[in-house]
Amino acid sequence: MREVVVLSGKGGTGKTSIVGSLAALASGKVLADCDVDAADLHLLLSPSVKQENEFWSGQVAQIDEAKCTQCGLCQELCRFDAIKDYKVDPIACEGCGFCSHICPEEAITMRENMSGHWFVSDTKYGPLVHARLGIAQENSGKLVAQVRQEARRIAEEQGLEYIISDGPPGIGCPVISSLSGASLALMVTEPTLSGIHDLERVLGVCRHFGVPAMVCINKYDLNEENTRRIEDYCRSQEIKLAAKIPFDNAVTEAIVRGVPVVEYADGAVSREIEGLWDVISHP
Amino acid sequence: MIISIASGKGGTGKTLVATSLALALKDSQKVRLLDCDVEEPNDHVFLKTNISGSEPVFIPVPKIDEAKCTRCGQCAEVCAFNAIAVLGEHVLTFPQLCHGCGACSYLCPEKAISEEKREMGVVEWGGADGIDFVQGKLTVGEAMAPPVIRTAKRHTDSDGISIIDSPPGTSCPVVESIEGSDFCLLVTEPTPFGLNDLVLAVGTVRQLGIACGVVLNRAGVGDNSVEDYCRRENIPILLTIPLDTEIARLYSRGITLVEGMPEWKDKFVGLFEGIKEIVDARSRSLKR
Repeated sequence: MREVVVLSGKGGTGKTSIVGSLAALASGKVLADCDVDAADLHLLLSPSVKQENEFWSGQVAQIDEAKCTQCGLCQELCRFDAIKDYKVDPIACEGCGFCSHICPEEAITMRENMSGHWFVSDTKYGPLVHARLGIAQENSGKLVAQVRQEARRIAEEQGLEYIISDGPPGIGCPVISSLSGASLALMVTEPTLSGIHDLERVLGVCRHFGVPAMVCINKYDLNEENTRRIEDYCRSQEIKLAAKIPFDNAVTEAIVRGVPVVEYADGAVSREIEGLWDVISHP
Repeated sequence: MIISIASGKGGTGKTLVATSLALALKDSQKVRLLDCDVEEPNDHVFLKTNISGSEPVFIPVPKIDEAKCTRCGQCAEVCAFNAIAVLGEHVLTFPQLCHGCGACSYLCPEKAISEEKREMGVVEWGGADGIDFVQGKLTVGEAMAPPVIRTAKRHTDSDGISIIDSPPGTSCPVVESIEGSDFCLLVTEPTPFGLNDLVLAVGTVRQLGIACGVVLNRAGVGDNSVEDYCRRENIPILLTIPLDTEIARLYSRGITLVEGMPEWKDKFVGLFEGIKEIVDARSRSLKR
């Protein structure tokens, strides 16, 4: 089984459009949306939800006002400024439980926190595991781990060859959680100075965790000089350049229709993404 | 006044809006731009920055004095993040999992745990094209952005206008960045992706009780669903930026919109006036 995770560093470079198209091109795969903060893949794959699960993770402190003597020790020791006027700010609370251990009146308890949902769905392209983190919740990395674990279980159970995941932007906790132990990271970048800056940082994360990477340049014709810079950079780092996709409004039109672009348009964009899948599937 | 720039979806134009808003206001206001997208800070790509100072961001992690430790296991028991384990005669710490809460060292009955600093990022400051500039940078390979964001936000200027460029998404790094703002500007694009993630971002902003408005970027492609949603939810669209290859090309070269197309300066000043009107009206109604 091979797990391909699509990342970018910078947001909005086209990860989800590409994953949606790979979903239509690849056979024998399970799809995973690891961007649990702002999941969009379901908007291209028209899933029907088969299973909905609550995601309980982390804890929040709760003060029993009847027992509290307002001694103030918890406020003094909390390093996250989560207790003010003997009340817990659930958004600021890190869930460390320090306060509950030190309260001399045992007035503080930790309650489990329901921080989101995860789903197993059927799509015409195969099974999809996706999730929705609750509003202003923490632990997106753990929810990503849950999504990946379920995707892996389904792939093993059904004997599927690929897990294809849509990753989050950035380089922090949910990215590390999406990436660690994957077989291949496909970087979708764009020929902008910020795209290049962010690509270099996320490739650093891949190196750090020992995951091999490939690069795909989206909207490459927007700035051909920057495209050449990315090509030179990939050569110097011995990273394979897997595809160069031109700018085309058809990509946005396909999003509006709610279908993968390879099923919407026959042009150069679709041909490049087909070539991209060829490169990924014939390493 | 603190204005944060956020979006659920990445790549909608937060950096474009933050940098151009800051530059458009610099002639009439004292402006400070804080790049709190510490995983991928990009404002510096668009500005001629002159960094004059910096401070490393540390998180305190436990250091065990093996001579004093009796392997009682109390530390492992209180750690909510599994960052300490006692295995036979050894106490193992996993600094990357530690949130720096300090429970283990405080609660160790033998006083065998002290804290040492682990660097996870840096905050830098200086000038940039006539504005004050602050940016946080998370070290590559590190997972936790919030401590770096928290440190960067200590540099917020309470006198002038502080503009905070936030990370994308809706979870803890975003909350850390926008909390305490007087106004949150949500940048989106007119597609089902833009709408889906805008709805999530509005949820986060409303949970924090922050007033918000929308900048609609790349208008002209896509559909009307974002505009319909904003009308329904009574969220003002304060600025519309069309899909324009010239704007995209300037962006690709690291040139801000107000610098590359100076006619946009007035529009960003207008955007600020729109924000100010809402913030003023809100503070008047709160006083009443």
